Parts: sequence; structure tokens; C-alpha cells
Amino acid sequence: MAKITIDGRQYDVDETDNVLKVALSKGFDLPYFCWHPELHSVGACRQCAVKQYKNGDDTQGQIAMACMTPASDGSLFSISDNEAAEMRAQVVEWLMINHPHDCAVCEEGGECHLQDMTLMTGHTRRRYIGPKRTHRNQNLGPFISHEMNRCIACYRCVRYYRDYADGNDLRALGSHMNVYFGRDTDGPFENEFSGNLVEVCPTGVFTDKTLGAHYIRKWDLQNAPSICTHCSLGCNTSPGSRRGELRRIQNRYHGEINHYFLCDRGRFGAGFTTRDDRPRQPLSRSANNVLEPVAKDDAIAAVRQAIASGRAIGIGSPRASIEDNYALRHLLGAEHFVNGLSAAESRASHAVRDLLADNANHIATLREVESCDAVFVIGEDVTQTAPRLALSLRQSAKTKHFELARAANIPKWHARAVHEAGQHHYNPIFEATPAATRLQDITAESTHGDAQTIAQLAFAVASRLDSQAPAPSNVDDELLKRAEIIAETLRNATKPLIVVGTGLGDSDVVTAAGNVMKALTTANDAAQIFPTLLEANSLGMSLFDAPSIDHALTQVESGDVDTLVVNQNDIFERAPTHRVDAVLKNLKNLVVLDHSLTETTARADHVLPAGSFAEADGTLINNEGRAQRFFQVFISEGPIQETWRWCADLARALGRPVRWNGMDDLITAIVDELPQFAGIQDAAPSQSFRKAGMRFPRGTHRQAARTALYAEIDVRERRPEVDADSALSFSMEGYHGSELPSELLAYAYAPGWESNQQAITRFQDEVGGHLKMGDPGVRIMTSKDNGGYTKLPQTNSDGGGWRVAPRYHIFDSESQSARAPAIAERVNGRQITVNRASADKLGVADGDSLSITIDGDALSLPVAIDDSLGDQVIGIPIGSQGVSGVHAASQVEA
Amino acid sequence: MLSVLRTIWMVLLHSFRKRDTVLYPEVKPYLPPRYRGRIVLTRDPDGAERCVACNLCSVACPVDCISVIKGEDETGRWYPDTFQINFSRCIYCGFCEEACPTYAIQLTPDFEMGEFDRQKMVYEKSDLTISGVGKRPGYNYYRVAGMAVGGKDKGEAVSESEPVDIKTLLP
Ligand code: SF4
Ligand code: SF4
Ligand code: SF4
Ligand code: SF4
Ligand code: FES
Repeated sequence: MAKITIDGRQYDVDETDNVLKVALSKGFDLPYFCWHPELHSVGACRQCAVKQYKNGDDTQGQIAMACMTPASDGSLFSISDNEAAEMRAQVVEWLMINHPHDCAVCEEGGECHLQDMTLMTGHTRRRYIGPKRTHRNQNLGPFISHEMNRCIACYRCVRYYRDYADGNDLRALGSHMNVYFGRDTDGPFENEFSGNLVEVCPTGVFTDKTLGAHYIRKWDLQNAPSICTHCSLGCNTSPGSRRGELRRIQNRYHGEINHYFLCDRGRFGAGFTTRDDRPRQPLSRSANNVLEPVAKDDAIAAVRQAIASGRAIGIGSPRASIEDNYALRHLLGAEHFVNGLSAAESRASHAVRDLLADNANHIATLREVESCDAVFVIGEDVTQTAPRLALSLRQSAKTKHFELARAANIPKWHARAVHEAGQHHYNPIFEATPAATRLQDITAESTHGDAQTIAQLAFAVASRLDSQAPAPSNVDDELLKRAEIIAETLRNATKPLIVVGTGLGDSDVVTAAGNVMKALTTANDAAQIFPTLLEANSLGMSLFDAPSIDHALTQVESGDVDTLVVNQNDIFERAPTHRVDAVLKNLKNLVVLDHSLTETTARADHVLPAGSFAEADGTLINNEGRAQRFFQVFISEGPIQETWRWCADLARALGRPVRWNGMDDLITAIVDELPQFAGIQDAAPSQSFRKAGMRFPRGTHRQAARTALYAEIDVRERRPEVDADSALSFSMEGYHGSELPSELLAYAYAPGWESNQQAITRFQDEVGGHLKMGDPGVRIMTSKDNGGYTKLPQTNSDGGGWRVAPRYHIFDSESQSARAPAIAERVNGRQITVNRASADKLGVADGDSLSITIDGDALSLPVAIDDSLGDQVIGIPIGSQGVSGVHAASQVEA
Repeated sequence: MLSVLRTIWMVLLHSFRKRDTVLYPEVKPYLPPRYRGRIVLTRDPDGAERCVACNLCSVACPVDCISVIKGEDETGRWYPDTFQINFSRCIYCGFCEEACPTYAIQLTPDFEMGEFDRQKMVYEKSDLTISGVGKRPGYNYYRVAGMAVGGKDKGEAVSESEPVDIKTLLP
């Protein structure tokens, strides 16, 4: 702790911080550009000038860059000093010399940090009349627009993209006046986190192209606090809508999860909600076998009839909320409900649930991952299945830089110096995956093999860490040597981290990770576990304790069930196609509640249009067991409603009691019936929560066109809709201060700070820290020790056959984001991968077409040689262009 | 008492004064060009739509009666896909005109907009757009903005240098 004085007042601050961060944290409006809480200081823009005084007698003082000045004890500063203010105004004026006269046609306008800073410094009139330099733009693909004229050369983009996200296809090109920020050639950014440039760049050089396609200014967006539904990490998002249409996804700060950054799948993947082929009306199969729109009441009557007359089973979904799934389970009865996961994924997800319960006190948050100093990734290609985690792992590797800098007495915020001190020294990351991953540039060592090999390696590591742990026999020496190195490194680390996932569809991999954790935690209480699952609510589904989808299919096959009620799930993702085909043929009724036209939806007899995350409220449980609420963004025209509302309608039609009308009583009903979900009621304030009698606005304080928006339909203004499910309002009305529960923060705006990443400062306890009213969500996993080590699984050493390695792709493997047009544009030509030896054995060359049978389904795709794969291993692309999901410990024939 | 008589006297005198009230609508008053009445959307000197759908009028409007939805043509030029003013709400304050960075939206001296059906007070872009430049001759926003649009490439705007050649090594 240090005491510093700013403008005559004394503040207690952390002396390891710089003055800019401290001043912003204390609420000062001090302009800046190049500094960023995650990218730290380089002192490039000269915008954050302040006056520094030697002592109390010094009246002269000297100009200093706040971001490059340590907040050391006893130092004296002035922000309001005239000379400093004048300098800041001049700096903006230089930066604006070449700036185009573009605000009116710039997507950044209204949330532009440069606009904010020109206003804050008072530079409102251009004096320079000479020629401006201009630049040509590049086509950067479907995600990001480029308008280089607007660049102020703050270097934030390259510092984020290259130094933080470890991308290398964005560069500062050219020199001095000509400096240019772009790629060598046109084309999309290769890095999976490029979308953050939109928010990191303080100007309109990089803007969101998917927003641009149906552009609306920030002040007009109707937002809601939401959770990304495209992987299990539960990053917080702020989707914005206008006229009942989703327009964009923006980052919503969460101090323990995503903080300032999202992955591109999450940011650009919401286009599935606006697809034309999406069911927006209830549909029923007509006499001539096509799905035709029917009235809501008719649809309910028809589905009621189907359920009442048949023997029905409900299929839940890991991409739907706890509420939706519970409502379906409630409608059909607990014994007629399956969790909607494939058998393999269900086993693995249950194993993760047990792993979390065993290690309830050692579960890392995504933010904590960044400070771990040795990582062992078991089985998961995280860049493709839990993308945001890859960005955090990259930071954990770079924690080494900060360590070395500390040893050399370099302050942590001195970005360039820290970088130099760190050079190419990284904290060790060990990976054991089927093939090389996108993280290989920072991994200390990678081991490649199939699920069984990976599990064996992990078991071996556990046994090396603690001799009590069972040691696998007949493991080859090479693997043992690696296990030795990994164990040694983990043992010596102060905060080791184990990452494990369900992507391989193999529960042994997860239990092996459990053994490693057990061995680690006996010696080191700081050891952390960070599991990943495949979908947003996979962990929540495992908590239902329901059987997998296999059970439902078997029941149909045995003739015990003739009606399936499917909630937001595509059965074709969960079991081999030929099997699902046969099951669907034998069904009397297939009822689907979904917001996407999946293969299952297309085969349905009745379709009820369910709300996506944008049209529904719900709770999701992320990979660390954190229950988080997402809120409806807008009320859609037409009969789209939450699955849980459809289920209540159906239950009433069937004459069954329904205990809930809105979210609050629904959640109470869930917690009463299923104690494992206790805690989800605290994931967000209840519907009746108010601050000074006010709700919390979805709209900004300056939402415009309220009396004209629907005037062509009816000149009389609509009443704002009333939200029966949450404490938010569907308008600009409500509490606009910064002391609101973080769960209800729909968008970030603060007077003078309109850009998302800068405005959020006013809602944080300190810049880049936690949200001052607490980070959203509650952990609901209760600790349960299952005792000793898990015994080794039976290994099958059949040797001869081909084995499958599921290969995921960030843009193709998650079924909903893959439906977003911008994302789909980024997926092209997925291939079956094999190593050279296998290719020779199969008699194929790179690019040839290969036909295989996987779990009885034929698959024919071009082959790509990937020598990182093991012998006899066939890499199968998971997603729209390959196999739609991990079904089982798959059988392949080549 | 005296003051009462004086007041009555004054009133009497006024009845012989020249009248200020005119017999509208037979007699139309003179309204200066800067009078704030019916709103129009003007064109730039080249005859193209001036409005770039920036939405500043919309956000400046205190009664929120302007709704603009942005469109973009194949050359990257922004224009209003729809432009709607609910005149039954407009208070003719002129804030929109002041906010407009392109001089597209202008208030005119016409105020005779009465309707029996309120729905008819909703004006669309086609109702608003006139063929001339209105009160602001000469100004063409896209000639000063940096974006390349149809007919104006990078570097061709007022006071712009040629686009930078990033491959050059010369200082
Ligand atoms: S970057 Fe900001 S200041 Fe520059 S044109 Fe865009 S909105 Fe205006
Ligand atoms: S492109 Fe944006 S972030 Fe990069 S230097 Fe220019 S203004 Fe800064
Ligand atoms: S004149 Fe005033 S009230 Fe009427 S549209 Fe313009 S800003 Fe709105
Ligand atoms: S009329 Fe003017 S202020 Fe309104 S959207 Fe068009 S350009 Fe912008
Ligand atoms: S923010 Fe301090 S110099 Fe740029």
C-alpha cells in the first residue's frame, strides 16, 4: 500500500500499479489511448499526461505520462493542472490531424473511445486544414471490417493480437507517417480471438461486420445480460437487439471468467437466431407430409393429443437451460426424461461432475487459469472446444514473463520491458491430445495418442506424483519418461493446473485426471482443476442424474415408447445416423421444441418454436459449476416462447398441475424438487428486486426513435412490454447508476465513457479487477470426497483395428454457432486426417477421397496427412462437414 | 379610479390601431426561410441523397419521432434504407437540423400539415425527400469524408493525399 496525492487529495493505492490505472480506479476522468488493463503500458500515445511534483513545495512540477509512472508512496500529481490539460488537448489534436471526417458513417460512432477523448480534452474544432494521409482498406473476412484512415497509431491492436493472443497475421506495416495495421494480404484473421480487436481498437478501424450488415448505433440497442451458449465456459455477453432482431454480441465483463475478451465463435455465432429457416410458428405435418404453420392453440391441442395417446419420453438438451429441461422432465415425469447427451458424452460428463465434487475447493476460474505456472492439458483440444480457455492458457504461459520481470525489478505494467525480460521463456504447458493443436507454439511438450494412451499417460503421471496412486502396467518407456517429466514439473510448480475435457467422449480420461488431481493436492493445496465440457449446459445436464439419449432410443427400439418430445436437441448429433433413422421411422409422434431447423426438427410431426437465449430467460451451469442466469433480450413478434412456457401450456392442456407462472416460481419448484440445483436461485436477483423502486433498463438512457419506431404500423406508441420474469425493464426506464447487481448489468455506459471496454471501469472495484457489486453467478457444486484413487480401467489391447480421434473445429463443431452465416463462411473443406504411415496403409494420398464406416455410418471426405496423429488413428472431423457429434467409443472400418 | 379610466381609454385607442391579426387562411403570413416547419430531406449538389443514416437527428430529437434505418450500397455508401418521421409527435424544435452533419434534414416554412387521420402524420422517406439542396447549397458530405464511395475513391476527397503506398521504403 502506498499513499499518493492527486489534485490535493490523498489516496491509498497499490504501489505496484501505475498512476493512470490508479487514477481511473479512483474515478478520475483521465484520457488515454494506448494503455489497456490487460495490455498494460507502453507510453506511446502521450495522451495520459499529468503533472508530477517533487514535493509539497514544488509549484512548478513536470509533465509525466501517468501510465508510465509508478504510484510510489508519497508521490504528488495533478490531473486538473492547466499545463497538463493543455498538453492532453494538444495530443488529441495531433492524433486528429489525419483523422477523416467520418463519424457520421463510422460504425464506431456512439461507442468510440476517440470521440470520448476528444470531448474529454475539449478538442472540438479542427484547426488543421492541410492534406490528410489516406489508406486503402483490406477485406478481412466475414467478421471484421477495416477502415484504416481512422487509425491513430496507438498500437493497441498489434499489442493485443500479437503479444496477448499470440496471433501473427496482423502487423504494423510501413513506417512513420505511413504506418499501417493490417495483414500481408486480404483475408480473415487466423487467430480465434480476432473479434476482440473490435473492442480493443479505440477507433473505427476494426468494426464488427456482422453488426454492420444490419447496423444500429449503441444507444439504440436493447441489451440484456446474457451468457454465451456456444461452449461450456459461460463467458458473459451483452447481446444487443433492435426491433425484435438480434444485432450483435458484445463482451460483458466478468472478473472471474472472460473479463475483457471473447472468442470469435461466441462473438459472431449468434446469427443462428436470425436465420430465415428458423421455425417461428408452430408447425404440424400436414396430410401431404410437409410441415405447415398452425395456430398456437391447435398446436398445443395436437401435441397434447400426441403425448396423451402415446407412451412418451422427453429428450433434454445440454444447449438448453436448467429451466427448459426441468419443465420437460416435469411434463413427462422423471422416469420419462433423458439428458439428451450421447452415451459417451454422458459418461464423460458425469465423470466431470464427480471430479468437480471431489475437488470442489480446487476448481480454478478462467481468470485463475491465467496465473497458474504449470499446466497439464489432458485430452482436450481446448482452442476448438472451449476456445476462450486457450487465450487464458496463453497468459498462464506468459506469467513467466512477469516472474522474470519481478526478479529484475521491472514493474508489471511496463509492457515492453516485461516482454524483453521474458523473451521466449514460458511457463510449461503439457498437452496430451490426439494430434497437434493450435497451442503447440507455447507448449513445452505434446504427447499425441488416442484416448486410451492419453488416459494411461495421466494415470502414469498420477502414480509418479504419489506412489499410492495405481500405476498402469505395460506402458511403453517413452510414455513413462514423459510422465516422469510432467510429474516432476507439476510437483515443482507453485500453482499447477490440470485441464481435462469430455471432447474425446472418454470417461477414463476424466478419471485419470482425477487421480492426477488427488496426487497433486495431497502435496500442494494450491493445485487447481479446470474441466471443460462440450456444451453450455452439459454440466447442468449431468446434475439431472438422468440416463443418456441411448436409453430413449432403446425404449423406442424395444417398442416401449412411441412418442419423443425433444427439447432443443438434434438426435442425429447424439447417435449414429442409421440408428436414429430407424428409431424415427418407428415413432408414432415426434414433437420438437427448438429454435433451429435441425435434421430432427425437419423430421418432426409437430414443432413448437422455442426461444433461443435471445428470447428466453434461463440458467446455465458452466464448466466450473457456476450457475449463471441469461435474460431475454427482446420479446419476439409471434408465438416464440421459452420451452418452459410451452411445457407449462402443455401440462395445463393435459390437466396437470403447474406450479409456476414465471421464472421465480419455476426456479423455486426446481430447487424444491432437485436439491442438487440448490443455489441457482441466487444466480440473479428475483423478479421483484428493485433499486429505489426501479427496475433495471435494457435500453440505454438515450434510446432514440421511441415514438417513430413502429409508426408505420401504428402511429400510437406501443407500451413497453412488462417483464414478468426478471427485474429488468424492456425500455430505457429504470436505475442508471453503477451500483446495480452485476447480474443485471445489460450494457456498460458511463458519462464521458461510451466505449464498452472503457465504460466498464466505472463498474469495477479497480480497473481490470472484479465487478464492484460482485462477479455474476454462484458455484453450486458441493464438495464430496469419494475417497481414494480410482482404479485403472480395463485396457483393450486389440492392437490391430483402426481407432478414432474426434477432431473439433471452433467454427464447425458447435451446432448452433455453425449455423450463423458469418461463422459458416469460415469453415471450408474439412478432412479426414491420418498420418503418413496410415495413409500408405490405406493407399491414399493427401487430397484423395476416403470412404470409411464409422459406427455403421458411411463417411466420405478428402484426406489430409497430419503426422502428429498416432499410427492406426483416424481423425474424424466433428461438425456439419463430418460426423455431427461424439457418439460412442467409435468403431471404424476403413 | 383614475387608473381604471386610463385603462379603458387605452383599450378604446387600440380599437383604432392597424390590426396585427390577419385572416388566415385567406391571407398567408410571411415566414422567413429559417422558420421551423415541415421537415424535408434534401439532396447534395450532385443530386444524390444527402442523408447518410448516421442517426444523429434521431438521437437529438427530444420527442424521439425520427426513425432511420441504415442501408449501404455496393460501393459502401451509407444511405437511409427507411426514414420515418412521426409528425404527430414533432415539436418543430429544429434540433434534428442542428445535429445533422450532412445538412440533409432541414425544416421549411411550411406548417400546413393538418390531418384528420393521425396515421397520415407518419412521413416516409419518399414523402420527405425533395429534389434540391434546400438552405445549404454546395455541401456534399461524402466529398469531405474519408470513406471511399461510388464516384470517389480514397484520396479523392477534399484535402486528401494519395493513399499511402505501404510497400515503399522511402521516408
Ligand atoms: S473512429 Fe470515432 S472519431 Fe473516428 S470517425 Fe469513427 S466514430 Fe468518429
Ligand atoms: S488500428 Fe486501432 S488499435 Fe490499431 S493502432 Fe490503429 S487505432 Fe490503434
Ligand atoms: S424538429 Fe425537433 S421534434 Fe421535430 S423531428 Fe426535429 S428534433 Fe424532432
Ligand atoms: S438526416 Fe442527417 S442527422 Fe439524420 S440520419 Fe440523415 S445524415 Fe444523419
Ligand atoms: S495511455 Fe499513457 S501514453 Fe498512452
